[in-house]
Amino acid sequence: MLGIFDILLFHSTIQAVTPILLAAWAGLICERAGVFTIAQEGLMLGSAFAAVAGSWYTGDAFVGVMVAVVAGTLLSAILAAGGVWFKGDTIVIGIGINLLADGLTIFLLRQLFDVQGVFQNPNLAGLATLKIPVIDRVAIFGPIVSGQTWITYFAWALVAVISVFLFRTSWGLRLRGVGQQPEAAETLGVSVRRYRTAAVLASGALCGLAGAQLSLGSVTLFAEGMSAGRGWIAVVAVMLGRAHPLGVLGASALFGLADAVGLRMQGLGLPNQLTDAAPYVFTLIALVLAVRRKRIV
Amino acid sequence: MAMPAARRLASRVLSPVPLSIVAGLVLGAVVMAATGNDPIDVYTEIVRGALAGPNLVYTIGWSAPLVGMTMAVALPLRGGLVNLGGDGQLVLGGIASVIVALYLPAPGTVRLVAALAAGIGAGGLYGMLAAWGETRWRVPMLISTLLLNYPAKNLASYLVNFPMRDPANGMPESHMVAVGARLPSLPGTPLSSSVVLMAIAVAMIIVFDRRSVAGYELRMRGLNARFAGYGGVDLDRQALWTMFAGGAMAGLVGASIVLGDQFRYTDGALVSPNYTWTGLMAALLANGEPAAAVVAAVFFAALQIGGFGMERATSIPRELTSVLQAIIILLLASRSGLRRLGLGT
Repeated sequence: MLGIFDILLFHSTIQAVTPILLAAWAGLICERAGVFTIAQEGLMLGSAFAAVAGSWYTGDAFVGVMVAVVAGTLLSAILAAGGVWFKGDTIVIGIGINLLADGLTIFLLRQLFDVQGVFQNPNLAGLATLKIPVIDRVAIFGPIVSGQTWITYFAWALVAVISVFLFRTSWGLRLRGVGQQPEAAETLGVSVRRYRTAAVLASGALCGLAGAQLSLGSVTLFAEGMSAGRGWIAVVAVMLGRAHPLGVLGASALFGLADAVGLRMQGLGLPNQLTDAAPYVFTLIALVLAVRRKRIV
Repeated sequence: MAMPAARRLASRVLSPVPLSIVAGLVLGAVVMAATGNDPIDVYTEIVRGALAGPNLVYTIGWSAPLVGMTMAVALPLRGGLVNLGGDGQLVLGGIASVIVALYLPAPGTVRLVAALAAGIGAGGLYGMLAAWGETRWRVPMLISTLLLNYPAKNLASYLVNFPMRDPANGMPESHMVAVGARLPSLPGTPLSSSVVLMAIAVAMIIVFDRRSVAGYELRMRGLNARFAGYGGVDLDRQALWTMFAGGAMAGLVGASIVLGDQFRYTDGALVSPNYTWTGLMAALLANGEPAAAVVAAVFFAALQIGGFGMERATSIPRELTSVLQAIIILLLASRSGLRRLGLGT
């Protein structure tokens, strides 16, 4: 058992947390604005494809990330239009976006790259990992924290940014007001529709980063369905963290750890069919334990 | 109150469902034109690929599991419950039935019946597990059904990769089910008799929905769960049995494919045709009404089989048809044509 917990495990945990964390930030912002969304899975998958396409055609991974952000935002515009403007059911629209992303990425994979299943090429530019000058040399802490992609550092920095935004700015106050008491907010002259639209589009951009981390950061390839349920785990992370930045960070980190432990046990000879189930089982157990004490949804 | 026939027709045609389908097909035409194809040619190929000559039999064969998976979602949806766990229920149904069909020491027919029952039971219980999680622990079914797919798929995959694997085969597959324990094919056709099983199950669901007290209570729950509870419906019990029935339908589909089409369990073979998610879309399109759900499922089956024809005749990948389906659902949901789903109850 001791062999499982070492520095490398925590390094890969941080890597595994990144997409979940970004998708959870997306869910948190929507939740705070009063939009329940389950579209993260599809937004991430669509963006992961867009990142690879962008990087492939320009040869620049950063451009790939930007294309992914644009793609995520565009896909989330469907939710903004259907859910916020036309007042359709956000759950059904979320399911629709997930299925659209699934079909569209497979379709485009064949149309643009003429392959099925996986697109992989040594010439595909991935994201570089950054060595942080001073921290790099600190024992234990250095090797864990240093050597991640910029998206990872950005995702962690967002805990402060989002906290300040939500609780220390007037925009954040209005956003929370729109979520808690839309009628009151409207009476005070805050446009519910505008704040919700902005929140949904921001969630798309965040999922865009999550997708780019998946296909250009952790690995450098696109595989059909590569978001693999992480968007759903992020939905649970927002529930468990009660839409509070620190709570959501903690929940996402736990799920990332489960993911990394699963991978590690595979290295110890357990069949991957069993270890791959670890994050989902862990998420379900966490959900049961959390709601036992208090109803969270 | 009789409306003039013309106006009644107009209100039908302009209602959200047909409008979304037409708008979806028009959007699809735009995509086709953008990729340098003539939309009329492509749609002609889809129709020909779905209905012409021997293709019709393929469409029927593809419809059977799809109708089943549609029912697995439609029945709970009738009561406002969302079942996103079709894949898990389907896979457990398939693996349970193949285990019984391979290892139960009994004569062929007994084994076949027991295997079908095992498939139905395994799928049903797995569906029920999610409902139990919600009624007992307040874990929202929308999330739990989806998350439960992964351990089920992984367990089945583990079983056929290791303990149950047929070593004579390069693929992760179980041994073949003995001929006596298979579902026979319909005389004179390549179709398996599972088509008949599916038709019986669907007929039962429609009768349940329209003629039984429990069916009425389920519809009432869908319209207003609190009202149904106030009227004396035991909502928790109802959720458990509705999800059992939905999961059982998925389990039957899994058992039918394994016992009637492939005669063995191959890793990934049940989930890769995407019956679950297409079925979900068909059920949403029909808003859970069982007879309409059958029509929607057959429509999507024809679209997908037509997609194979389109792929052969043009350069367009057949996945375009799944994009079309998703667009139709998105348009429909945005136009508020679909009921609002609460989280669970």
